[in-house]
Amino acid sequence: MNPSLPNSFRTGPDESGHFGNFGGRFVAETLMPLILDLEKAYAAAKADPSFQAEMNGYLKDYVGRPSPLYFAERLTEHLGGAKIYLKREELNHTGSHKVNNVLGQIMVARRMGKKRIIAETGAGQHGVATATLCARFGLECVVYMGAVDVARQAPNVFRMEMLGAKVVPVQSGTRTLKDAMNEALRDWVTNVHNTFYCIGTVAGPHPYPMMVRDFQSVIGDETRKQMQEAEGRLPNSLVACIGGGSNAMGLFHPFLDDPSVEIFGVEAAGHGLTQLHAASIAGGRPGVLHGNRTYLLMDDDGQIQDAHSISAGLDYPGIGPEHSWLHETGRVTYLSATDDEALAAFMLLSRLEGIPPALESAHAIAKVTELAPKRPKDHLMVVNLSGRGDKDIPQITEILKGKKQ
Amino acid sequence: MTTRIDARFAELKKEGRSAFVTFLMAGDPDPATSLDIIKALPKAGADIIEIGMPFTDPMADGPSIQAAGLRALKGGMTLKKTLEMVRGFRKDDNTTPLVLMGYYNPIYIYGVDKFLADAKTAGVDGLIIVDLPPEEDEELCIPALKAGLNFIRLATPTTDDKRLPAVLANTSGFVYYVSITGITGAAAADSTVVGDAVARIKRHTKLPVCVGFGIRTPQAARAIAEKANGAVVGTALVDALRDSLDTKGQATTKTVAAVADLVASLAQGVRGAKQAAE
Repeated sequence: MNPSLPNSFRTGPDESGHFGNFGGRFVAETLMPLILDLEKAYAAAKADPSFQAEMNGYLKDYVGRPSPLYFAERLTEHLGGAKIYLKREELNHTGSHKVNNVLGQIMVARRMGKKRIIAETGAGQHGVATATLCARFGLECVVYMGAVDVARQAPNVFRMEMLGAKVVPVQSGTRTLKDAMNEALRDWVTNVHNTFYCIGTVAGPHPYPMMVRDFQSVIGDETRKQMQEAEGRLPNSLVACIGGGSNAMGLFHPFLDDPSVEIFGVEAAGHGLTQLHAASIAGGRPGVLHGNRTYLLMDDDGQIQDAHSISAGLDYPGIGPEHSWLHETGRVTYLSATDDEALAAFMLLSRLEGIPPALESAHAIAKVTELAPKRPKDHLMVVNLSGRGDKDIPQITEILKGKKQ
Repeated sequence: MTTRIDARFAELKKEGRSAFVTFLMAGDPDPATSLDIIKALPKAGADIIEIGMPFTDPMADGPSIQAAGLRALKGGMTLKKTLEMVRGFRKDDNTTPLVLMGYYNPIYIYGVDKFLADAKTAGVDGLIIVDLPPEEDEELCIPALKAGLNFIRLATPTTDDKRLPAVLANTSGFVYYVSITGITGAAAADSTVVGDAVARIKRHTKLPVCVGFGIRTPQAARAIAEKANGAVVGTALVDALRDSLDTKGQATTKTVAAVADLVASLAQGVRGAKQAAE
């Protein structure tokens, strides 16, 4: 065994928020006191049984958990290898895994007495989840969304507005997810006294990567139990798509110390890794952005490069710091799927199982079509179906029209 | 260790006045014009010069300085060229303190040790890095101090008395008090409130305290100079520069003078302050 490997992959981060060399707290001084307060408030909540009990109540009756672990029989037959299970996060209220994290953060915000919630969103799934829970708890909600994403994810924009949130189209920079995050940080610096920043993924300054992972770990915890019930053993492999990487981290984390479980993260390869893409691990290197050190897409001068993915939710030039660490330690294998592969997987799952996946999740399905046929029939493969594809149907219709012409 | 910053504040103390600190983005709108502007600043009345290092994702900056950074990057500016610009300035001026201000990633990618050595050789006196709080001092602050550069920390209205000692511990040169919670270019803070904040910081340090964010006019600069050891103006200068550009965003014959004239009138404000803070 490699002596530099830790005894456990599940003990991070350290006290200063580092996963190996990654993570940290790279933020403006204005925000630092608040981040320290948040760290304390979250530690107190985590230690309080009534917090967990209240959360479990909402997870069950409001979100609709546990989400099913579904045996995808026709996809399995079609691929002719591993037995494929879908973790049905798309059946959650609001249509994706995002709600698990937002519920947790909103409950922490309530404990801290914050009345105004801000969020960034790419595909709009995190924005919708945040708008939903702000409506439920009577909180003011402002969602920053890149102007490019506002155009390509119109159904989610209407949904957020209908729920009472203010959606701010961000015109700065490349007008996508990273710029929405910049703008949310600018809002936070300005309104630090009354505002809680509800970050949508396992990124940002400590304690966010840890806190979001903890809230999303319900995905992996349930999967473990459900697979035990269905097959009487652990799965052999896990597959999930990665933008910032919260659905993946939620599925992976409870299995990190089970060496028999192979783990695959799938980044967005966009037009291909030699062209415009959003695969930070495959095509980037360590740098510092948005409060943490992690793999980033950038040029030789350290300027952040434009990411590209067909999926707005993966269109981000970075990745959560814990993923960077899991990549460097070799515990998780990071692959990538192109726009075209994701589109094909979207069609495949729709036709074979009657489940249109979100374009984000379609990236994971795309790699399953390569991994599953190479594995034996008793190999149990779990893929996180992190979101539903309804929001993507207008965009996909346009793309298919374009291809016919 | 005495740096150009320490020497400048000692001189100003003798003169009995506060410092006027200017901020402009390196390479805005192009490297040559930017150097001409920086060279014109001391004569126009700038006591200390802050030079922004352009970055694609400046999350503590308002629209004006964001746009300045993007103009500079579009004009081909890099961190290496920023250091070249400092060398160019130092050919004719070996006394005016130069402080580089920006975000950590370009420095991290350049390589911390190489950057510090090159910056020192080029004639940089201090660094202000927005996204490096004391919690990350091992990254750049400690190595910078060892390399003989000042590391100037930002203190903000959210930095309470409990936290101030940690913020001030490894700070040198001066303390930059950000007078508002917000981004650059936002509304100005009331000078009475600023005076109280400066007094609070001074209870914890002997370092000079300069105040920035929201100062746009000679009157405002004067009011702040009466409460602090220095007044920092950035967005107003960047706006004057932008307004002098042609429709394609290129420099015109008016660009250098537009900035220098505003610097001169703001410097008058600072120099007219009744009494500099002790």
